[in-house]
Amino acid sequence: MQWLSILHDYTFQNVVIGAALLGLISGPLGSFAVLRRQSLLGDAISHAALPGVCLGFIIAGSREMGSIIVGAMVTGALAALLMLVLTRMSRLKTDASIGICLSIFFAIGLVLLTYIQGSNNASQGGLESFLFGQAAATLRSDLWLMGGITLFSLTLLGALWKQAKLVTFDPEFAHTVGLPVSLIEVLLTTMVTLAVVVGLQMVGVVLMAAMIVAPAVAARQWSRHLGAMVFIAAGVGVVSGVSGASISALSRGLATGPLIILSASIIVLISLAIAPQRGLLWGLLQHLRQVSQLRRRQILYTLYKTQSTRDQEVHNLPFRLNFSAAIALWQLRRKGFLVSQKTPCLPMSAGNRWLLTSLGVREAQSVMAELNGKTT
Amino acid sequence: MLDVFFSSIELQIMAVGALVGIASSAVGTFLVLRGNSMLTDAISHSIVFGIVIVWLLTHQQSGWFQLVGAALTGLLTVFLTELLANTKRVKQDAAIGLVFPALFSIGVLLLNLYANDVHIDTHTVLLGEIGFIWLDTTTIAGYNVPQALVSMGIVTAINYLFIILFYKELKLATFDPALAKTLGFAPSILFYVLLMLTSTTAVAAFDAVGAVLFIAFAIVPPSAAYLLTDRLWLMFLIGAFISIASSVTGYYLAVRWNVSIGGMMAVMTGAFFVLAFIGGPRYGIVSQKIRRMHARRANAL
Repeated sequence: MQWLSILHDYTFQNVVIGAALLGLISGPLGSFAVLRRQSLLGDAISHAALPGVCLGFIIAGSREMGSIIVGAMVTGALAALLMLVLTRMSRLKTDASIGICLSIFFAIGLVLLTYIQGSNNASQGGLESFLFGQAAATLRSDLWLMGGITLFSLTLLGALWKQAKLVTFDPEFAHTVGLPVSLIEVLLTTMVTLAVVVGLQMVGVVLMAAMIVAPAVAARQWSRHLGAMVFIAAGVGVVSGVSGASISALSRGLATGPLIILSASIIVLISLAIAPQRGLLWGLLQHLRQVSQLRRRQILYTLYKTQSTRDQEVHNLPFRLNFSAAIALWQLRRKGFLVSQKTPCLPMSAGNRWLLTSLGVREAQSVMAELNGKTT
Repeated sequence: MLDVFFSSIELQIMAVGALVGIASSAVGTFLVLRGNSMLTDAISHSIVFGIVIVWLLTHQQSGWFQLVGAALTGLLTVFLTELLANTKRVKQDAAIGLVFPALFSIGVLLLNLYANDVHIDTHTVLLGEIGFIWLDTTTIAGYNVPQALVSMGIVTAINYLFIILFYKELKLATFDPALAKTLGFAPSILFYVLLMLTSTTAVAAFDAVGAVLFIAFAIVPPSAAYLLTDRLWLMFLIGAFISIASSVTGYYLAVRWNVSIGGMMAVMTGAFFVLAFIGGPRYGIVSQKIRRMHARRANAL
C-alpha cells in the first residue's frame, strides 16, 4: 500500500501543506495583480527577493527562515516601489521598468550569493535552493511561518476588500470618493511580496511568476464576480499545489516546483477551453449554432421566394449543397417545414426535390417579416 | 597586440562581456522602444526548454543546432503568447507570465528525467559562468580562442548586419507600425526576425552570463540610452558604450570582491542606468527639477 504509507510520510505532509498554503495565498493576491494588469510584477518581485534572501542570510549568519523572509520582503517591496518610481518619473514604459528591476535586483542577488560562497560559511548549504525551490526541505516550523503569513495577508485583504475592489476597477472614482488610492495601490502591490515569500521554499523565485498569474487567469474564466474569482483562484492554487506535490512524491525525483506550475498551467488550459460562457469551446458551439440558424433561414427564404414567384416545385436547390446546408435541410425537415420526394431519374446530387409545407410557409413568412422589420 | 589579447584571460573575459552587452542591447533597443521588453524575460527562460529538447535530439550542448533550436524556441514562446492573447480571454502580460514558466517547467522536468548524468543543469543555464570561458577553446589562426568569444562575435555581427541592412524599415516599423504596414513593409515579419535574433543571442550568451543576466544586458543599456537621447543611432552607440564600460568595471570589481563576474557586470549596467536616470541632460530627474524650478520662477515674475 504505497499510497497509504505515503500519506503518513512526514516530508510528504509538510510539502503538501506548504504547497496548499502557497496556492491559498497566491490565488487571491494574484487575482488583484492580474486584474490590475501587473501580472509580470510577480515575476519581478520574486526575482528581486533573491538579494533579500542573501542579505537575511548574511545578517543572521545562518539559513534561518525568519530573517530570510524579512530580507526577501524588504528587497521585493523595494523593487516594486522602484518600478513605480521609474514608470512615473521617467519616459520608460512599464515593461522596461519591470525588466530593469527584475534583472538588476537578481544580479545583485547573484553577486551576494557568490560573496557568501566565497566567505566559506559552513551553513550556506541550501541557499541556492531558493532559485528553484526545494520543497522537500520544508520544516514544520517553516509551515507555521508560511501559515501565519497567509493568514495575515488574507485577513488584510478581507479588511481592505471594498477599497481594494474600488481601486482595482475604478481608481478615478475611488479618488473622488476620497480614498487614499496611491496607498492602497502600493499596499496591493507590496502584498504580492508576501505570496512570493511563501513560494520561495516551494517553487523558487524563477517559477513564482506562474503561481501569481495562473490561478487568477483560470479563475477569471469561471466567474465575472471579484469575490467568486478570488475564492476560485484560491481553490485552483490549492488544487495545483497539492496535485503537483503528490505527483512529485509518487514519481522518482521529479522536482516539485515545476510539477506544481504545470498542474496550474493545465488547469488554465482546461478553464480556457470549457469554462461556461467564456470558454473557447462554448464560443465555437455558439458560433456553429448561429451559422446553422442562418443557413436554415436562408433555405426557407430561398425556397419561399422561388416557390411563390415561379409557382412550381423546385427540382434543384438554388444553392450549393454543402455540409452545413445538408444539416440545415435535415433540421428543417425534422421540424416539419419541408418535405422531400425522391426522384429516381435524377442523379444523387440533385436527387431530392424539396417542398415547403404550410407550416414552412408560415415560418418563412415570419422570417421575412422579421428581416423586413429590421431593414426598415 | 593580438598576442597580448589572446594570452590574457582577463581581456578575453571582458571582451566576451562587452560583446554580450553589445549584441543584446542592439536587439533590446527595438524591444524597449516597442514596449515589448518583457519578451526577453520570456524568451530567456523558455530557452531552457529549447536547449533540453535539442540536447535530447542531437546530444549537443552548443553549436549551430543549439542556435537554431533557440531561435525556434523563441518563436514558439512568442507564438504561444500571441495565441493566448488572441483568444481575448487573457491579457498580453498575463499570457507571457503563463507561457514561459510552463515551458521552463517542462524543460526542468525533462532534465530530471533524462539528463541526470549530463553537464547541463538549470543552474548553469540560468546563471552562467563567464570566468570559465577559457575552459572551452578552439584554435583560429594559431591562437587559442575561447568558444564563447567566437560565438558572441558571430552573433554580434549577425545582429548588426540585420540592423544595418533593414535600418530604415526597422525604424519605421518601430515608431509607426501602421504607416509601415500601409507602405507595404511587413512589420510583423521584421519583428519576428528580431525576436529570433534575440533568442539566438540569448543562447549564445547563456554560457557566459546565464539566462537571467541576459535580460539585464538586453534591457538596461537601451533603457539608459533612451533616457539620454532621442536619436536611434545614438541609442546603439550609447548602449554599446555602457556595455563595454560595465563589463570592464564589473570585471575589476568582481575580482576585487571575489564575486560572480557576470553578476557584477549586470549590476554595473544598473549603476550606469541610475546615473542616466538621475543626471540625464534632458530626461534626468535633476534636470527635470531644474527646468520646473525655472518655469515656476518665470511664472512668478
